[in-house]
Amino acid sequence: MTFEAPVLHYSILAPILIVLGGALVGVLIEAFAPRASRRSSQLFVTVASLVIALAALLRVRNQVSVSAAMGSVSFDGAGFLLQASILIIAILSVFLIADQENFTALAAAVPGSEEERHSLQADLRVTEVYPLTLFAVAGMLLFPISSDLITLFVALEMLSLPLYLMAGLSRRRRLMSQESALKYFLLGAFSSAFFLFGIAYLYGYSASITFSGIQASIVGGSGNDVFLLLGIAFISVGLLFKVGAVPFHAWTPDVYQGAPTAVTGFMAAATKVAAFGAILRIYYVTFANAQWQWKPALVLIAIITMVFGSVVAISQRDVKRMLAYSSIAHAGFLLSGVIALSKSGLEASIFYLFAYGIATLGAFAVVTLIRDSAGEVTDLNRWSGLGKRSPLTASVFALFLLAFAGIPLTSGFIGKFSIFSAAYESGNTSLLIAGVLSSAIAAFFYIRVIVLMFFKDSVEDGTSVVIPSALTTTTIAITSAVTLILGIYPAPLINFIATFATFVR
Amino acid sequence: MNPFNYLYVAGLLFTIGAVGVVVRRNAIVVFMCVELMLNAANLTLVTFARINGNLDGQVVAFFTMVVAACEVVVGLAIIVTIYRSRRSASIDDASLLKR
Repeated sequence: MTFEAPVLHYSILAPILIVLGGALVGVLIEAFAPRASRRSSQLFVTVASLVIALAALLRVRNQVSVSAAMGSVSFDGAGFLLQASILIIAILSVFLIADQENFTALAAAVPGSEEERHSLQADLRVTEVYPLTLFAVAGMLLFPISSDLITLFVALEMLSLPLYLMAGLSRRRRLMSQESALKYFLLGAFSSAFFLFGIAYLYGYSASITFSGIQASIVGGSGNDVFLLLGIAFISVGLLFKVGAVPFHAWTPDVYQGAPTAVTGFMAAATKVAAFGAILRIYYVTFANAQWQWKPALVLIAIITMVFGSVVAISQRDVKRMLAYSSIAHAGFLLSGVIALSKSGLEASIFYLFAYGIATLGAFAVVTLIRDSAGEVTDLNRWSGLGKRSPLTASVFALFLLAFAGIPLTSGFIGKFSIFSAAYESGNTSLLIAGVLSSAIAAFFYIRVIVLMFFKDSVEDGTSVVIPSALTTTTIAITSAVTLILGIYPAPLINFIATFATFVR
Repeated sequence: MNPFNYLYVAGLLFTIGAVGVVVRRNAIVVFMCVELMLNAANLTLVTFARINGNLDGQVVAFFTMVVAACEVVVGLAIIVTIYRSRRSASIDDASLLKR
C-alpha cells in the first residue's frame, strides 16, 4: 500500500494558520512573559496576527480552489467575503476586549474570595482572553469554507469551546457570568451532539463525507431518503442553534446578558457571520437539490424566529437582553436569504451579515460605556435622559438602533431591502410579509429606547457615561461611520460583493 | 448479524442521552448524558462505515473522540468553577439570569 503525501495550498490556508500561530504565541506569552508586559505584548500579537491574516487573505482573493486541503476546504469568492468580514469584526472586537476593566483578574478564583481581592488590588491580571479570542477566530475562519463534514464539525467546536470560556470571564456579577458560561456550554454541547448525529446519517445516506459527494448522492437519488432527512434535520439543529433561531434560541438572552459585554459583542457579530456562512454554503452547495424536503420547515422556522424575536424584545427591561432578542429576530431575516437559494439571496445575506455585525459590535461597545460604581448599567429605566447628559453617546447608540430597525440612510435599510427583495424574487411571499410585519414591531421597541434616552427626564442615581479609552473610541467611531456610510452610499460594497459572491461546487 | 440492529441501539442510546439532558438536574450528569449522545453518534458512524464499506466513518469517529476529550476539559473546568463558587452543581440553582 502506497502512502500519498497530502497536498496543502498554504497560501489559501495562510489566514487560518497565521491566526492559530498568533494564538500559540499568546499561550507562550501567558506562560513565560513577566506580568507587567503581558497585556501590551498580548494585545500587540493579537492585533498583528489578525491584521497579517487579513493581508494574507486579500492576497488570495481571486483564487478559487475546491481542494485547498485535500478536498476538506474549498475557497471561493463567498468564502473570501465571509472570512474578511470575520477578520474585520474580530479586529474591532479585540479593541473592546483590550479594555481590561471588564474582565476578571483571575478567572479561577472564587468570586468574593480573598484571592480575588488580592489579585485585583495588586493588578495581577491573567490575559488568557486574547489567545482564546484568536482560537475562536481561527475556528470561525474555517467554519464557512470547510467542505467536508469532519472539518465542519472540528471548526464548529473550535469556535465554540473558547467562547464558552470567554462567557465566564466577566469581572462584575461573576456568578451571573459563570452561570451564562455553564448554560452556553451545556446547551452548546447538546446541540453539537445533534449536529454529529446528523453527520452520521448524512454519511450513511451518501457513503461520503464531502459536500460534493453528498450533493452527488442527492442528485443521483440512490440512497435511503430517511437517512437524508434525518441527516439534514439534525445538522440543521446544530447550525440553527449557533445562530440562535427559534426554537433553539433559549441560550441567547442569558448568555448575552451574563457574558462580559465586549465578549457579547464579539460573539454576537462574528459567530453570526461564521455560522451563517456555513449554513449558506451547506444549503446552497449540498442540500440545494433536496430543497423540497427542507424548505417548508426552514420557512416556518424563519417566520417564527422573526416574529418571536421582535415580539418578546418589546417586554425586555435590560438592554443586553433586548439586543439578544433583536439578534434572534435578525437571524430570522437572515434565514430568508438562505431560503432564497439564489445569487441575489447570497449577495444580500453577505451584505446583511457584514452590516449587522458592525452595527451590533458598535451597539455593545456603547453599552460598555454606561456605568455606575458597581459596573455597567444595563437596566433600560436607568438609561432615561441619557441624551440630555451625553448627547454624543446617546446619538451614536440611536444610530445603531435605527440601523437595526432598518430606517433609511443606515446600513440596516439597505440590508433589509436587499434580503427581502431576494426572498420575494424567489417566490417566498409569506417570508416577505412576515419580515415586514416583524420589522414594524421591532421598530417600535427600538424607537421606544430612543424616546427614553432623549425625551424622558434623567434619573440621578449615579449612572454616568465613562470617558472611553482610545481603542474603544476607535471601535465606536469606525462602526458608526461604516453604518452611516453603508446607508448613504452602499454601491461600492454592493458591487464588490456582487463580483465575488459565488460558491464553488 | 444485520448491521441495522446497531443503528437501532445507537438511536436508543441517543434518545436516552437526550432525555437525560432534559430531565436530570446535576450538571455533571447532564454532561455525561451529552457524552452518551456523542458515543451514540460514534456507534452510528462506525456502523455506517461497515454498511457502506469504506473507512470514512471510522475516521470521523476518531475525530469525535478527540473533540469530545477537548469538550470534557472545557466543560469540567466550567462546572468545577461553578461548584466552587456555589457549593452546588445543580443547574436549577443557577438561575440568576431571569427569564
